[in-house]
Amino acid sequence: MHRNVRKSGFYFAVVGLVLFSILPILYAVITVFKKQSELFDAGANPFIYERGPTIEHLLFLFTDTKYPLFLWNSLVIGVCVVAITVLLAVPAAYALARLTGRWGESSGMAIFLVYLVPPSLLFLPLFRIVVDLNLTNTIWSLVLVLPTATVPFCTWLLLGFFRSVPRELDEAALIDGCSRFQAFRKVVLPQALPGIGACVVFAFSLSLANYIYSVTFISESASRNLSAGVPMELIRGDVYFWPSLMAATAIVAIPLGIAYGLLFDYLVRGFQSAEAKA
Amino acid sequence: MSTVTGGHHPVSAAPTGLMGRISEALERPGVLGCVMLAPAVLYVVFFVAVPFFMAILLSLSDATAGDPRIDNFVGLDNFIAVTGQEAFWTALWNSLIITAATVTTIVVLATIAVEILAREFRGKRLVQVLFMMPWAMPVSLAAITWLWLLDSQFSPIDWVLVQIGILGPDGLFGPSRHVYYLGRTGWGMASAVFVDAWRTLPLATIIVLAGRLSIPRERLEQAQIDGAGFFRTLFRVVLPALAPVLIVAILFTALLVIGEVSTIELLTRGGPGHSTQILPLWAYEKGIESGDLGQGAAIALFLFPVLLAAAIVALRFASRLHDD
Repeated sequence: MHRNVRKSGFYFAVVGLVLFSILPILYAVITVFKKQSELFDAGANPFIYERGPTIEHLLFLFTDTKYPLFLWNSLVIGVCVVAITVLLAVPAAYALARLTGRWGESSGMAIFLVYLVPPSLLFLPLFRIVVDLNLTNTIWSLVLVLPTATVPFCTWLLLGFFRSVPRELDEAALIDGCSRFQAFRKVVLPQALPGIGACVVFAFSLSLANYIYSVTFISESASRNLSAGVPMELIRGDVYFWPSLMAATAIVAIPLGIAYGLLFDYLVRGFQSAEAKA
Repeated sequence: MSTVTGGHHPVSAAPTGLMGRISEALERPGVLGCVMLAPAVLYVVFFVAVPFFMAILLSLSDATAGDPRIDNFVGLDNFIAVTGQEAFWTALWNSLIITAATVTTIVVLATIAVEILAREFRGKRLVQVLFMMPWAMPVSLAAITWLWLLDSQFSPIDWVLVQIGILGPDGLFGPSRHVYYLGRTGWGMASAVFVDAWRTLPLATIIVLAGRLSIPRERLEQAQIDGAGFFRTLFRVVLPALAPVLIVAILFTALLVIGEVSTIELLTRGGPGHSTQILPLWAYEKGIESGDLGQGAAIALFLFPVLLAAAIVALRFASRLHDD
């Protein structure tokens, strides 16, 4: 009896947590298929389709707006930022964990301080740099600048990962005749793959989420990404295209949520070694 | 070491030529370390350190969007002008309040979520997927979703409240049918806190869960053997062990919240008036929309000492807990 009460209490909590997370998204999905006339009927039940569903708003989003372009731009930016982040952060974290002696080992704090300089402080000077480099109104301005947030974060995360790999492994590889770089590439790197996976997810989600750089550097709609394009182009003054806006959100959130959710245990492990060794 | 095993392997053969000397140099940990570290360090110097000092120079100059030269030094004029505006103090105060309130909410919610997700149960995969959804959308899109949920006329929350007799002509808090969440200062701030907590909970939970799973199982089992119930175990064993990672989670959440422009920009636009204005949005409006780069930079710089002090205190505290 006591056991059953505890068990149902637990599932009650699970359901509560899930509803907290997804109710807004469920309501967004309901809104996507609402007819315009029913959408603005104040007395009507907002959760059902009294006049039947429609896909006209979804079609509008893909045929009459630049949304497909925003999706594509965000994807290109995300992939490039992830690539730059991994190429910079992985070697740096390994070097700090293994090769640079004492000061490298106590660098966790210093990296964190770099991460503390937020985009809201850097966007004005970075805007000038972007102007000087002739990159305004191109997605490359974001590709160049967004790693400022992801490189320190991922270096910190990976530093913990590399430290949790036993030193005996690299030493054995060196004795077996590997060069130091080969020891890194062939022995240590495979052990750190979960950490790199976590970095990929975080770098991608942070690059997708950034708003202030996107609205500052890009004002041409053809180069806009999701985070700035959707609010700037689908809200016209006081006119909100609600069902299309909700579709624009759900189309991003659902596939990415599934991907992140399936990687959940990986992400936790990524933080586990960072916290234990930082 | 190489003298023992040398000779058997081509890589340790005597180096010849330039390539040979390079690969020999790369065998020294210090040299290889610098080579591997250099790209990241150079990047951070060019795109974080240099802009950071440019921000300081900007704040001490009379640069505008039309004339962006920073060589005209005006001392602390921008800071004096900025701190003379009432909106600035409202923005600073609101930024601190929203961040503090969000972080407090997150600590409670993340602790609950962690206790759930640390256990094994049927359907856990699905729960993990649904739980990550808020983190999977760009912040500005999350804000738009909430903008619709909190709409002044068509909020489904208001509709439910009318149905269950809390709002409406006969309602407990009637006769209005609407709360007008985003049109009133207090509700506007509370909405921003709620949205920020909603979107950052997945990240905070992952950080804390990582720490929770590192608690040795024996310690939890020992507490149960000693007859401690769920809450006793939580407060006596789990939470003290989690203190360091809770601090890390607080720092990450605070950074994400205090620097974010889009939640307030889309939900309330800082209004009504400037009553829900926040520091980064005020810097954006001054620096980009009004084109006063100097004042914008001065406003943005106010965040840094606050963040720095908070982070140093928090990390000190966390590392002391680690050592115990």
